[in-house]
Amino acid sequence: MELLGRQEVWNITYDHALGETASWFYTRIRDEAAIYGRRCAGTGRVLVPPRSFSDETLLPTTEWVKVGPGGRIEAFTMVYERFNNLPPPPYAFGYVLLDGADTALGGYFKGVDLTDPHAAAEKLKIGTRVTTKFAAERKGDMLDFWFEIAEQAPGS
Amino acid sequence: MSNDRVGIVGIGQSAFRARRDDASYPELVREAVVQAMQDAGLAFDAIEAVVYSLSPDAMVGIGNAERLGVDAVGGRNKPFLRINNGGATGISSVAAAYYHVVSGMCDVVLTAGADKVGECGDSQSVLNKIWDPSYERPLPLGTINMLAMSAVRYMQRYGMTEQDMAHVTVKNRRHASLNPKAHLRKVVTMDEVLESRCISWPIKLLDCCPQSSGGAAMVLASERFIRDNRLDAVWITGVAHVAETYWMGDRMGNNPTAEHADAYALGRSFEKSYRMAGITDPARQVHVAELYAPFSNTEFHVIDAARLVERAGGSIARLRDGEFELGGRIPVNPSGGTLCTNAIAVTAMARVAEVALQVWGRAGAHQVEGARLGIASGNGGDHQIFGTMVIEA
Repeated sequence: MELLGRQEVWNITYDHALGETASWFYTRIRDEAAIYGRRCAGTGRVLVPPRSFSDETLLPTTEWVKVGPGGRIEAFTMVYERFNNLPPPPYAFGYVLLDGADTALGGYFKGVDLTDPHAAAEKLKIGTRVTTKFAAERKGDMLDFWFEIAEQAPGS
Repeated sequence: MSNDRVGIVGIGQSAFRARRDDASYPELVREAVVQAMQDAGLAFDAIEAVVYSLSPDAMVGIGNAERLGVDAVGGRNKPFLRINNGGATGISSVAAAYYHVVSGMCDVVLTAGADKVGECGDSQSVLNKIWDPSYERPLPLGTINMLAMSAVRYMQRYGMTEQDMAHVTVKNRRHASLNPKAHLRKVVTMDEVLESRCISWPIKLLDCCPQSSGGAAMVLASERFIRDNRLDAVWITGVAHVAETYWMGDRMGNNPTAEHADAYALGRSFEKSYRMAGITDPARQVHVAELYAPFSNTEFHVIDAARLVERAGGSIARLRDGEFELGGRIPVNPSGGTLCTNAIAVTAMARVAEVALQVWGRAGAHQVEGARLGIASGNGGDHQIFGTMVIEA
């Protein structure tokens, strides 16, 4: 028998509040081109992105700590597939442990040739030193900054 | 709390496909429910409560679709509870049904659900929305690239290669070819996997699960009810769940508790369910495993977490040597697993159902000879919420 269907689209706009902690974080990115984490008084660990409480001690974090701009790659991937509502491929992104932080922050990796995934994976391998780059015009958002491979690894 | 054991007395599963244009969403649920009720040999009147297995609404495109499921499961005038633990939803639903019975509140409980991921056709668009709007939503995160990042860490720590990943796909496709319910049943070669297009390095197309449509249902009952009604059953002897931090970036960096290469909380969950079942040496005591692994690389860390090998990373060489194939030491995912069938709302229920069929000796062409004790697992959230079970004949 003939089987019929119906196309439906969900298109909902949310106006999310970011809260005090994320708002402070983004205003520093916008106004100072600087990234800050929050220190847990119980363990001393610096959480980036900053959170108002630690999931380990369950205590409020107590101090803002400036981190980066240098750091090392903790995880990466290069995406070659097109997904609806996501950026056009290819792109590379992943997580970086910024200097002074204890947890890793997500962001794009730019300036790496992604033509050959194996060559790109070698460039982006875990442990590679990177530096944070900031857009000249910043609005206070995760996309105001990205990571590029450092020219020369300090101490090497 | 009752000291009775809890048994599985009925199982129903669809033949999973990309699309089921012949059935609406509730009709797909009903298909699995009717199978499970017939398998149990029980009438709907015997069901005292229903646990409904449904992961994110956006995957089926119906807000709170459990409302449509009430009729399909015969839920009118009965307690009805929806469970959503992401990819773990199915095993969490079986666990919730178990709690109903082991508590002594009910003698017979039905758990059921369905998914139509093939109608969404774009699960990564939906799954991008699981990341928090404060920090991570602007990034192009999805479950594929999240687990690609687990893969690169696993490669660095334990030496996994793309060839090792391809071995997993080749094995599971071979298993799925024997399972008429599986979605992807075509046998593939190493070269076909390695030459398939790159999605999110190192994950290629054939390292990925499909977007499946289908339903599953199970009937659980108390030992007393099973004995009094002379029903056939297999037994749930271990049940556990463990969660870990939402923040993927906290699973790396300086001294993380839950390393993102591994499945830390899954390991903790297996420890608890093994303790409950009295299992001290899983590598020797487990006969068969159905472990939730939606991408080829993730099968290694779930085998490690289940302690079917002596140390983390030990799964790589042992899988290469064929230990986890049908006919090997401990067959892992003899049904073809999540890699060959992923109707998200019921995928982790299918893991429990498949292990139950194995220890029952009813798995058909993919039966593991002599299996009497098996394990099942489910992973949900952003590699974050894990459920495990031990099932025995």
